[in-house]
Amino acid sequence: MATVTTSDGLAEAASTPGMPQLNFDHWGNQIFWLILALIATYLILSRVALPRIGAVLAERQGTITNDIAAAEDLKVKAKEAEAAYDKALIDARAEAQQIVAQAKANMQADLDAEMAKADAEIAAQVAESEKAIAEIRAGAMENVQAVAKDTAEALVAALGGTADATTVDAAVDARMKG
Amino acid sequence: MATTTEGAETGGLEFHPMDQFIVSPLFGESGSVAWYTITNATFWMALAVLATFALLVLGSARRSVVPGRMQSVAELAYGFIHKMVEDICGKEGLKFFPYIMTLFMFIVMANFLGLIPTAFTPTSHFSVTVVLALAVFITVTVVGFVKNGAAFLSLFWVSSAPLALRPVLAIIELISYFVRPVSHSIRLAGNVMAGHAVIKVFAGFAAIAVISPVSVVAITAMYGLEVLVAFIQAYVFTILTCVYLKDALHPAH
Amino acid sequence: MEGQLAHIGAGIAGLGTGIAALGVGNVAANFLSGALRNPSAAASQTATLFIGIAFAEALGIFSFLVALLLMFAV
Repeated sequence: MATVTTSDGLAEAASTPGMPQLNFDHWGNQIFWLILALIATYLILSRVALPRIGAVLAERQGTITNDIAAAEDLKVKAKEAEAAYDKALIDARAEAQQIVAQAKANMQADLDAEMAKADAEIAAQVAESEKAIAEIRAGAMENVQAVAKDTAEALVAALGGTADATTVDAAVDARMKG
Repeated sequence: MATTTEGAETGGLEFHPMDQFIVSPLFGESGSVAWYTITNATFWMALAVLATFALLVLGSARRSVVPGRMQSVAELAYGFIHKMVEDICGKEGLKFFPYIMTLFMFIVMANFLGLIPTAFTPTSHFSVTVVLALAVFITVTVVGFVKNGAAFLSLFWVSSAPLALRPVLAIIELISYFVRPVSHSIRLAGNVMAGHAVIKVFAGFAAIAVISPVSVVAITAMYGLEVLVAFIQAYVFTILTCVYLKDALHPAH
Repeated sequence: MEGQLAHIGAGIAGLGTGIAALGVGNVAANFLSGALRNPSAAASQTATLFIGIAFAEALGIFSFLVALLLMFAV
């Protein structure tokens, strides 16, 4: 039977066709199981698989979007922080300069005051010294006057005259003033 | 037996290219196949359903935001068909997405499982592909009339053609519309059957010792081609379903 | 005799698959030349490519089917 002649094949074909696909006795069976398989697949997909995968994909999309938004926020915050830092830096610098200026001014004022005080002290001392010098000079003058009067009286006496004390004094005073 | 071509003239070579498509009961005596009998076709269809379940349900069971291997494949399949439906049918086609995904997953799983040696391929049978194609045809027709009413008939009235040509074109369009399920089903079954039969024919040549290395190489090459065909035919079936569905949703040319 | 004629017919019908292969090659070649001229538009047209190949291939499969019918069913 393996090497059937074609005429026998024809007779055979009437009952069981050569192509299994054309054996219509089996169609009912296959169609029945196919429809069952398709319905099972459809239920599995539409009830469980597709909503779940769709949800996972949507969730991932959401996560990505959220992460990008969060990153954007953080970037803005970082920029703000940087600006605040810069501002603080500038303020601090200005304040430092102000403090430096004030310190300088204070020191200048102190210095001026000290200088004035010292000047005043020096002036006072100078005045005192001058006074002392003046006294000393005055003292010296008196001594010189006394010595001159004594000398004048002695000279007059030595020359043989008798000198009136008041006249000699007046003459010496007149000479000393001249 | 009847599927055996004459071997006597070809030097004792025996080719059984069509034996792999025989439907036989999985349990009990061979021969009688009633509509409820559990056959090898039933078995491989069930495997296709289980494989779909394993990939899309078990694969995505962890719902991780960073997907594992199985989940990546499941998401790839989802995204692939989802994008196809959205691109071709538009937004309102998305409510048919589970239906189209069902067709795609069943066909692609049946095709790939059928490539396992000694396997039975459900999609190589016209009974299976005709049901699939008729399901698409009926869906498209019903959706077209429900959504557009009589305006669906404008699909056959090519308004961009000259008036004199329109009746002729209408007849051609009508014929091509009714040929759709035929070509749709025969394309899938024919491609799958042809590839499997060719592999079996090469296998028949392996009986000659001199030719057998060539035969083995040829089988390997054909097998690679068949892996490609298994996917491309599922893709083509699905994309044509989308194209037909687009006609139903927007019948104007 | 009649069966042998059927086999001859099957062989002639089988030529159709080869001619369909020409058609598929034509589709692919034209797609490629178009894609090389405008590569940016190529990716969006792969679906159309596959639809075209499928239509061309289907007719070849029809003739293959006729051959099979002549071989096994007639």
